[in-house]
Amino acid sequence: MLNQFFHEPIALGLAQAAAVTLLSLGVMFLARYQNIRLEREILVALARGFLQVVAVGSVLVFVLQGPWALGLLVLLIMLVAAAFTAKRRVTTIPQALTVALLGIGVGAGTVILSMTWLGVIDPALTSLIPVGSMIIANAMNTCTLALERFRAEVESHTGLIEAGLALGADPRAIVRPYVQAAVQASMIPRIDSLRSLGIVWIPGLMAGMILSGTDPVYAAIYQFVIIAMIFATSGITALVSVLAVRGRIFTPAEQLILRP
Amino acid sequence: MTAAHADPLGQAQPDGSGRPASSDHAVKIRTQHLSRVVKGVAIVDDVSVDVFHQEVMAVVGPSGAGKTSFLRLINRLDEPTRGTVYLDGVDYRTIPPRELRRRVGMVMQFPYLFPGTVADNIRFAPRQRGEEIRDEEIDRLLAQVDLPGYRERDVSQLSGGEAQRVSLARTLANSPEVLLLDEPTSALDDKAKASVEALIVRIIREQKLTCLIVTHDNAQALRMANRAMVMEKGRLVAVGPVQEVLGAESVLP
Repeated sequence: MLNQFFHEPIALGLAQAAAVTLLSLGVMFLARYQNIRLEREILVALARGFLQVVAVGSVLVFVLQGPWALGLLVLLIMLVAAAFTAKRRVTTIPQALTVALLGIGVGAGTVILSMTWLGVIDPALTSLIPVGSMIIANAMNTCTLALERFRAEVESHTGLIEAGLALGADPRAIVRPYVQAAVQASMIPRIDSLRSLGIVWIPGLMAGMILSGTDPVYAAIYQFVIIAMIFATSGITALVSVLAVRGRIFTPAEQLILRP
Repeated sequence: MTAAHADPLGQAQPDGSGRPASSDHAVKIRTQHLSRVVKGVAIVDDVSVDVFHQEVMAVVGPSGAGKTSFLRLINRLDEPTRGTVYLDGVDYRTIPPRELRRRVGMVMQFPYLFPGTVADNIRFAPRQRGEEIRDEEIDRLLAQVDLPGYRERDVSQLSGGEAQRVSLARTLANSPEVLLLDEPTSALDDKAKASVEALIVRIIREQKLTCLIVTHDNAQALRMANRAMVMEKGRLVAVGPVQEVLGAESVLP
């Protein structure tokens, strides 16, 4: 109905945004009727969300027209931001930033570069940036999950680990079970998302491609490609992060640093 | 002897009653100004002491005095912030940590056995240096700690006293020269306590081990040790023959 009145994409978009805002305001009044007072938060959240996403869209207008190197720069900035975010969640881990940069960088970097080179990811910035950002975001989550699990395993087994050290054991051999547990734990969400693909959820990218008129079968296959790339990224990130942190929880004289 | 000597060698000429029975009076372990400061607090503060070959030294003092922290410095589980330890006259910072910890074995307050069987635990340390220990050798070690026939038992099925014996056998599999015991019987009930204590005394004598034992039990120190060192707030406040030191009631609660 709206497209009968608005023909310009931006004008149509604004009209659509106005429509859903009205819907949200309706929900707000319904909530008020039940004495759920969230008007302020809802209004602020609506305005903020709108402005943020339009701002990102406007930046993308320029970025997407830019040279190939600009895309890499954007991904690099995202990668560093991801490492800082991961680091903040695992503060007790020694040299967490280095570990996160290594894990996310090697994991996301290997997959993005190799898949772009192969042509699995279209090097056009309209594809490289959104797909790359998805891969980096998932690498970040995996890195946090893996490091957090490793920290928890080590901290709850300090007695066993030091008993092993006191027996003259190689620190890397002592923590091997915790390396395995951490990598496995951080991979489980990725395995689940592969397993339930299409049955439990139709992911956003596939939905978006179908909405923009892509053949649904190709959209489905490409969604599988994305999830599989995310899976590969997670595997590399988890392994690299945990192996990088493994050596850093001991001093050169093989003393355990990480304690509760 | 109520104050720490500035000269650690001064302790090498006691009246004789606390001296080890061996004719070998060489210093096995010497700590020199050994200190560890954590977050501005000196948990071990300038401890210089000699432990003679084949001697049993009790480390006593109130809780929080730094006894366990002191012990953990001797096999370098923690790093001294000042001072060092000499093992047979060699600065231990020049000894690779794994070799040091094989030579200076430790039995902790809790057994901390690895999941698996008793045999898995005893095989662990030799396997770390590529040696596969034979079943007969495991049986011999288990006989030594009075656990014959326990080789294939799962460690989750053991009582506290049995687990602590396995922990001791696991350490002995390394053929250590020095044994550090951190309140090895404090987590056990009275009956297990007496038998594990007797076992430790027998093994120390048979294997001619040099031993440092942390204990808060003065009677146990008197039964097991030749000499005692008293710690308070991280500092060494007295060292000497065990009867003499523990007789001085002013230094102990």
